[in-house]
Amino acid sequence: MIEFVNVSKRFPDGTVAVEDFSLVMPSRKTTVLVGSSGSGKTTLLRMINRMVDPSSGRIEIDGEDTSSLEPVALRRRIGYVMQNSGLLPHFKVIDNVATVPVLNGVPRKQAREQALTLLDTVGLDRSLADRYPSQLSGGQQQRVGVARGLAANPNILLMDEPFGAVDPIVRAELQVELIRLQRELDKTVVFVTHDIDEAFLLGDQVVILETGGRVAQVGSPTEILSDPANDFVANFIGAEKGKRALSIRKTPRGEILVDTEGRAAGVLVPGPDGSPA
Amino acid sequence: MNFFVEAIAWILDPRHYGGENGIDTRIVEHLVISFGVVLVAALIAVPLGYAIGHTGRGRAAAIALSGGIRALPTLGLLILIALGVGIGLTAPFIALVVLAIPSILAGAYSGFEAVDRRTIDAARSVGMTEWQVVGRVEVPLGLPLLIGGLRAASLQVIATATLADYVGGGGLGHFLFLGLKTNDYPQVLAGSFVVILLAIVSEILFGVIQRLVIPAGVSAGMSTNVRVRSPRSQAATG
Repeated sequence: MIEFVNVSKRFPDGTVAVEDFSLVMPSRKTTVLVGSSGSGKTTLLRMINRMVDPSSGRIEIDGEDTSSLEPVALRRRIGYVMQNSGLLPHFKVIDNVATVPVLNGVPRKQAREQALTLLDTVGLDRSLADRYPSQLSGGQQQRVGVARGLAANPNILLMDEPFGAVDPIVRAELQVELIRLQRELDKTVVFVTHDIDEAFLLGDQVVILETGGRVAQVGSPTEILSDPANDFVANFIGAEKGKRALSIRKTPRGEILVDTEGRAAGVLVPGPDGSPA
Repeated sequence: MNFFVEAIAWILDPRHYGGENGIDTRIVEHLVISFGVVLVAALIAVPLGYAIGHTGRGRAAAIALSGGIRALPTLGLLILIALGVGIGLTAPFIALVVLAIPSILAGAYSGFEAVDRRTIDAARSVGMTEWQVVGRVEVPLGLPLLIGGLRAASLQVIATATLADYVGGGGLGHFLFLGLKTNDYPQVLAGSFVVILLAIVSEILFGVIQRLVIPAGVSAGMSTNVRVRSPRSQAATG
């Protein structure tokens, strides 16, 4: 469990990135921080592994105040996946994945064997192990990034817009993969994105942020969609207009769902649990 | 009277080899001085440049200082130091070290600065200590630019080390100063040719080294035939 207690962050230049932020991120669940630029979401994420230290307040991991922990040791037990993969260009794929175990003193040979298994886990062919990052596609690089994040078998995985720089088709693939991985591995995932669709798809708990890290609403995707806390949230998730405001239209062949523009958006089918539409 | 031909003849004359004033002896002396100077300058400038490049602090001061040092006339500096420490190799050695430092310093810090900030941020995020960020990321990725700095410094030092003999420091400058004093212009020209030759050899060597030190993954990204390379040949190079 990660707990933020009255956390604020003021940067030396005077910008207030986060003000009095409190939140509990439950273990083994995916918490998605979603907001536009300037909402402080990345700052919040980077405070968990002490890449950024809060100006006031504290962050606890399983009841332990992170400010009492040594930053390097803390980072090595937290997985970190970032945009543009952040891979080391002069390390082969296999050595990128093995980076953290090697830093932790695992013998290189053993670390590489583990890394090969991780390539399987993230759905990469083992033949890519000896390539360099520049020889991979964007999607493959992101997968390597995820494998590296998982290499030290951390309980916590931080993901900073990991799929932001890949094309929509690859992004969709990677999102599905992440859901599968999360089902298998059961990590505490903190995911940052500006894409509300991605947030609803991946998040058990979604945190919608306004400027300055103010929490507009926290809840499951269902809770947020069914009861937006205010106009900002309603607007952000597109509940009032656009593709999420769907209405039923009867047609001679059955009922379809249309958006506010009257464009067909889908059909009504019985729910997965067998309940009627 | 063709100085050019005479100079070549002077170089080829077997009587000018062997002994204290032989061309071969003077070449070795010149190279030892140059190598020693670049080594000492590197020992000073590389750690300093790395510190500047890693922390991002002191860059403005380093540029100002480098500019100032570059503007110093080496001959003037040499005489100034020689007035203090006397005749011999010490004065030219110090003057040449001062000459070599700016290029190496610039190569060291610009090498670090050229590393993508996101790569460094990523290295830190996964739990590298500052020393590991330096040793495993910044040094290997910054190496080509550092070698470039050493290359420029070596060229300058080899050319300018001719001044060493002005205060009795030895090296190929001996032929120049002796030739000037005795109006023996073929000898002056011959000495110059040898210096030029050394400079060219140095350039070629550093050119090769510079290509060799480009980290594998980085050169792999730059080469155009990446996609046709088979995994087998990549495994072989690794």
